[in-house]
Amino acid sequence: MASRKILVCCGTGCLANNSFDIYTRFLEKLKDTNTEVIPEIKATGCNGLCEKGPVVKILPDEISYFKVKAKDVDEIVSKTILKGEIIDRLLYFDTNSKKKIVSHKDASFYKHQHKIALRNIGEIDPKNIEDYKERNGFEALRKVLFEMTPDEVITEVEKSGLRGRGGAGFPTGSKWRTCSKYDNYPKYVVCNGDEGDPGAFMDRSIMEGDPNTVIEGMIICGYAINSNRGFLYIRDEYQLARENMQTAINNARKHGFLGKNILGSGFDFDLEIVRGGGAFVCGESSALMASIEGNVGEPRAKYIRSVEKGLWDKPTVLNNVETWANIPPIILNGAQWFKQIGTEKNSGTKVFSLVGKVKNTGLVEIPMGTTLRELVFDIGGGIIKDRPFKAAQTGGPSGGCIPAEYLDISLDFDNLSRIGSMMGSGGVIVMDDTTCMVELARYYMEFLSEESCGKCTTCREGINTMLNILNRITLGQGREEDIDLLISLSETIKDASLCGLGKTAPNPVMTTLKYFRDEYMEHIVDKRCPAGVCKNLTSYSIDPDTCIGCSACARKCPVNAIEGELKKPHVIHKDKCIKCGTCFTVCPSGAVKIGGGLIESYNK
Amino acid sequence: MTIDTIDINTIIHNYRPEKRFTLAILQDIQNKFNFIPKEAIFIISDYLKVPASDIYSMATFYKALSLKPKGRHIIKVCNGTACHIRGSNTLINELTDLLNIKPGETTADGLFSVEIVNCLGACALAPVMVVDDKYFGAMTKDKVIEVINEYKEAVENGK
Ligand SMILES: Cc1cc2nc3c(=O)[nH]c(=O)nc-3n(C[C@H](O)[C@H](O)[C@H](O)COP(=O)(O)O)c2cc1C
Ligand code: SF4
Ligand code: FES
Repeated sequence: MASRKILVCCGTGCLANNSFDIYTRFLEKLKDTNTEVIPEIKATGCNGLCEKGPVVKILPDEISYFKVKAKDVDEIVSKTILKGEIIDRLLYFDTNSKKKIVSHKDASFYKHQHKIALRNIGEIDPKNIEDYKERNGFEALRKVLFEMTPDEVITEVEKSGLRGRGGAGFPTGSKWRTCSKYDNYPKYVVCNGDEGDPGAFMDRSIMEGDPNTVIEGMIICGYAINSNRGFLYIRDEYQLARENMQTAINNARKHGFLGKNILGSGFDFDLEIVRGGGAFVCGESSALMASIEGNVGEPRAKYIRSVEKGLWDKPTVLNNVETWANIPPIILNGAQWFKQIGTEKNSGTKVFSLVGKVKNTGLVEIPMGTTLRELVFDIGGGIIKDRPFKAAQTGGPSGGCIPAEYLDISLDFDNLSRIGSMMGSGGVIVMDDTTCMVELARYYMEFLSEESCGKCTTCREGINTMLNILNRITLGQGREEDIDLLISLSETIKDASLCGLGKTAPNPVMTTLKYFRDEYMEHIVDKRCPAGVCKNLTSYSIDPDTCIGCSACARKCPVNAIEGELKKPHVIHKDKCIKCGTCFTVCPSGAVKIGGGLIESYNK
Repeated sequence: MTIDTIDINTIIHNYRPEKRFTLAILQDIQNKFNFIPKEAIFIISDYLKVPASDIYSMATFYKALSLKPKGRHIIKVCNGTACHIRGSNTLINELTDLLNIKPGETTADGLFSVEIVNCLGACALAPVMVVDDKYFGAMTKDKVIEVINEYKEAVENGK
């Protein structure tokens, strides 16, 4: 049998559930266990299915355990490692096939995935450069340095059709091409690791779980555009990503992949990490560069292109983390290989973070063109408690919501823009009928009003005005003319703001208005929030015919507003009720109704 | 609180006097003191030959920096979209009640600061709360009480 490996997931999600204790427990336990071959234990990056973590994988047996605790380690060693027995209780239960699954690869969450950017994550120890090298790491770099001219490298990237994964989907090859033409030195290569879109965490996972691929991608670009220096701008909150990235940079230097005369080729390149300051707008390319220079991160006008005048006014290529992660496999396997994945104008894969009211939350990498339905239902396992799918938000605060009628849309840059949303970084937030679309729009406006850098009046004041209007609608003080007001403000903000933040800010309002106008009208005219989210527009009552008198609600109500004898219908005293919704959540028979029974409660 | 200018000087001398290190220096100072003392702004300004007003505008622009002292433990509640739609508001309300402070404030005993942040990058565990560097996933009202009590007890027992 090939040598055994135990992979313990130590991505942020699993670490939050104490996976490091599992890792150390394995180390201790195996030290004093008598086996012929002591398995190798590795702390890996994120496996994607964070909600079911911590994840432990045993190779080559292909046994995957989920929700493992440190106290399970002894049993895993004595049963699985020593005797080859499978521990049923720790297996993954696949909600689609209703079966327990031994290898995670058979789970519907993983089966539909195609991993390119995430190819190594969860399989290697990110801090060990040898692990990366074993999986063809730095082979692409070797290939470009010794077998390709810079021009050939750029042509290969162009032919692959790779489009930037950070939001706008700009063709990566043509960005490199333009930059390569300027003879103004020094030039710079920048990695955008600011990942500000709330609900997206693929860049974090890549930087934590496979930092070397980002480094390799950046060196290749340096060679292609003739730059010797790169910067990685990493979000303030991402401490582990910074640590792993720094370790990887140090190791790469030691192994001669970074520094002077890389692998004896005569080419020099080095990298430095810059820690972000915690401002969403710094994810915008020109603001990010201002921030690296030591200034306040305010965007500048777009007619100055950063490929010509970027960092310190020198030609600069800036790409997103996931974009960088795609470069080494494209070089190694060739543009043709990449092009045949995905669709005609959107080649390759995209990593999505599937979150919200979906059963399997986590990171998934799928070919471009996969439908939203496949993503939410086949991979995501459907909606929590099998409630109805209401909408999905893509593109974060710059994007829009996609209603159920578009579930069969194939996900790529162009289709998403066509229906008023955008790809953005790939965050997909799934919503069910208990999400209020007006409140969601309000939420995004609040986010954006805090994050606007304040340079443009339309963005600074306009978003704030929209927020005030939405606040009053959710409080029950909306007026019918508010809808027109929102639309006209949206148009002005879009037209007159400088950077992408302002230009796209109205999208969440525009799309919710387009697809859920009735819900706005219910708030404004009927003073009712059908999702039961806006507290001023919600009331709870108990349907006496459905109530079984179990008293669960009365026990849980924080203000004792519910009364009733056991086994008899209970009543909510509206004057005491603080509308926290606890009764709605705990009722086992679905007897608690929202706002006069507009939404039926589900009894699962 | 007295500010040790020796500490400030030690921190800034970890960096070469180049403007691009302004943010990094400010962040190190924030980590050391839990805020940016006024003295630091002038010392940095002298060292980097950057006007104090520029340093001040950086200190107010970036969320990682604060001009007011923060508590010993910093509680960050995620209100990113994934957490928001899974009920992060409940956590925020519970903390407000429990500690008697509003988000952005620090308790009178200087023990806790509460901040609302946008996405901590652990969305699959929503709703998420972070105390200092420790992540807590799938939070509920009850778990908030538990976590706060744990930290309070640790402090009472001398760390
Ligand atoms: C307000 C705003 C925030 C942005 N945030 C990010 C971000 O967090 N990460 C990112 O890669 N791109 C972000 N972008 C897009 C970048 O400006 C830029 O287009 C992208 O990083 C280019 O890399 P790519 O071509 O590889 O996608 C943001 C844009 C705007 C307008
Ligand atoms: S659009 Fe908004 S965020 Fe962008 S530069 Fe103008 S004010 Fe700043
Ligand atoms: S939205 Fe809360 S961690 Fe991402």
